[in-house]
Amino acid sequence: MRDPEYEGLGTLRSPEEHRTPVVTTGFDEQLLLRWHRAMVLIRRAEEVIAEMIESGEVRCPCHLGIGQEAVAVGVASELTSSDRCFGAHRSHSHYLALGAPVEGLLAEVLGRSTGCSGGFGGSMHLKAPEFGLVGTVPIVGATIPIAVGAALALKLDGGNFVAVSFLGDGATEEGVFHESLNLAASMRLPVLFVIENNLYASHLHIDYRQPGDALVRYADAHHVVRELVDGNNVVEVAQATKRLLATVRSERRPAVLEAVTYRWRGHVGHREDVDVGVERRDNLPSWKQRDPIARLEQGMLSLNPQIENQLAKNRSEVDLEIIEALSRARAAPYPNESAVIASVYSTSVNSKGSV
Amino acid sequence: MEYGEAIRTGFHYLLESDRSVIVIGQGLWSPWYVGDTMRDLEKEFGTDRVIDTPVSELACTGAGVGAALCGYRPIVTHPRVDFALLATDQMVNQAAKWNSMFGGTSPVPVVFRMIVNRGGEQGAQHSQSLYSWFAHIPGLRVVVPATPQDAQDLLVAATLSDDPVVYIDDRWLYDWDQAVTAPRAINLASQGPLVLRHGTDITLVGLSWTTRLLMDAANLLQTEGLSCEVVDLRVINPFDASVVAQSVSKTKRLLVAEGDWVTCGVGAEVITRVIEELGPHALSVAPKRVGLVDAPAPTSKPLENNYYPKVQDIVKHVNEMMKWQ
Repeated sequence: MRDPEYEGLGTLRSPEEHRTPVVTTGFDEQLLLRWHRAMVLIRRAEEVIAEMIESGEVRCPCHLGIGQEAVAVGVASELTSSDRCFGAHRSHSHYLALGAPVEGLLAEVLGRSTGCSGGFGGSMHLKAPEFGLVGTVPIVGATIPIAVGAALALKLDGGNFVAVSFLGDGATEEGVFHESLNLAASMRLPVLFVIENNLYASHLHIDYRQPGDALVRYADAHHVVRELVDGNNVVEVAQATKRLLATVRSERRPAVLEAVTYRWRGHVGHREDVDVGVERRDNLPSWKQRDPIARLEQGMLSLNPQIENQLAKNRSEVDLEIIEALSRARAAPYPNESAVIASVYSTSVNSKGSV
Repeated sequence: MEYGEAIRTGFHYLLESDRSVIVIGQGLWSPWYVGDTMRDLEKEFGTDRVIDTPVSELACTGAGVGAALCGYRPIVTHPRVDFALLATDQMVNQAAKWNSMFGGTSPVPVVFRMIVNRGGEQGAQHSQSLYSWFAHIPGLRVVVPATPQDAQDLLVAATLSDDPVVYIDDRWLYDWDQAVTAPRAINLASQGPLVLRHGTDITLVGLSWTTRLLMDAANLLQTEGLSCEVVDLRVINPFDASVVAQSVSKTKRLLVAEGDWVTCGVGAEVITRVIEELGPHALSVAPKRVGLVDAPAPTSKPLENNYYPKVQDIVKHVNEMMKWQ
């Protein structure tokens, strides 16, 4: 583990570094292929959504995470469907990485009743509780304390399930992030905070927002264990998650994972970030050389050139899956008008307890 | 049983009968913060279910929302309404909207209990009630118990509701002593305004502390030969005006007393709904709102004393309204 107190992010923030193939030696090929497929699914699904934004078919605000796929896939690889995950505005990747069906996502961004939130959420409000995703919402930082509450529930339940809060570097500037770290640490709650540090909050680089660029330093202030990894290396993300979750599950205490990555599109919408400043325009081509999918493929191919057939199969299967899902999503009806009122309050009064 | 003790009885019933009920907030182990309403509950039910917290209103309220999404029925307690404002995002953006944002499939069975604790020269940031703020938000149910029975029953109903509920109790009521029947499971959706006292001359509408004022005023006015009907609102979101409207259709006179600023307040809603329901000629005299002047609560004793309406103010206003036939 790096010591951010002295080094900050160091080379992790440089697009000229960490471009080498992901080292996959010793990993089960089927596991690597599953990670690859999940990352390709996220990439292709978001590219299709981007096309529909550009054509005007999708109108809800979509915050695409293209380029950041390895974080969600690496973390999700270590979770079960009984763990409880929460995301934010840029959470297509979390939804898909946890195994939720792409049709539910596509139908949701198209506002259809078959969407994962019944057509009431759009891109920014996703849920798939049967896969562990309780909900994602776009108020920055809002789900951080909610994940802590989920961890409280899981602790009271007994067992060893955990809560996971996916957040961005911008959310660490919200006071509630610090309140939540303190609350989770002082109450010893099983929650993993996954900080996807893509160096930008909307348009503004972290150097203009914080006196330091490594966010694991906040964990130290609250006596929380933490790791800092290359977020574009799915193996590194999964391994760090595995180590941290071993602590979270067995010791019932929080942990912080910071994964440094970069998004290839704008804060919102389909465009690349050509419009948000010289620095970002200059860096984007370099960051594309640090592509988490290409690096995984290179690593797998270096060990077994024959694996290209399997990689190609993943790509074609994903394309077919998305085409079919999109076709069904487009054919689905919009939500019923009456649901606007009907969904405000629950209709039942059924205590889950013994009343 | 006194109002404060009735709240504690409600808590005790909930914690004893339902393992999913937990309580979280600042000062729960300290009567300084919550009076006797939670006395020794942590000793009987454990500090893992009755949780005193760091000074983090937002995170603790969010934790209540999160636990509610994962099978529990948390009661998040804020010892002042004013402090709860730090947690507005979790109450208004999150709890109130999750069920709707996720197509009616994410109910949030959490209670936000806030205590009104005014007087005592505490001033602007320790005295607010803000009833109508919360009543404005679709998705929140808002209950404002006045009587000891309701202090107990509406806490139980709020906690058993699958919706987020704002429950506001008032320390000026903690010593109100009335007979209280034993707690039982109650469906909050079936609860609404009630006529506490029947009368024929004028309809007096109150909520929480002002209901007690109105009951005292009605007793005084009876000695002067006036028959006042007192309606206690009890639940102000969703808002049901039918009981008040029915009363006004009989009395033709309407006074609303709220322990809050009248501008855009609960009284404005009551009067509007009555007119909408009964038509422009429903009243024989202009309606009256009694509440706070549009200024933050002062600290200095004489100013504070003038700031809050008294029984005599209600009596005066009613007598003026009765001059008009």
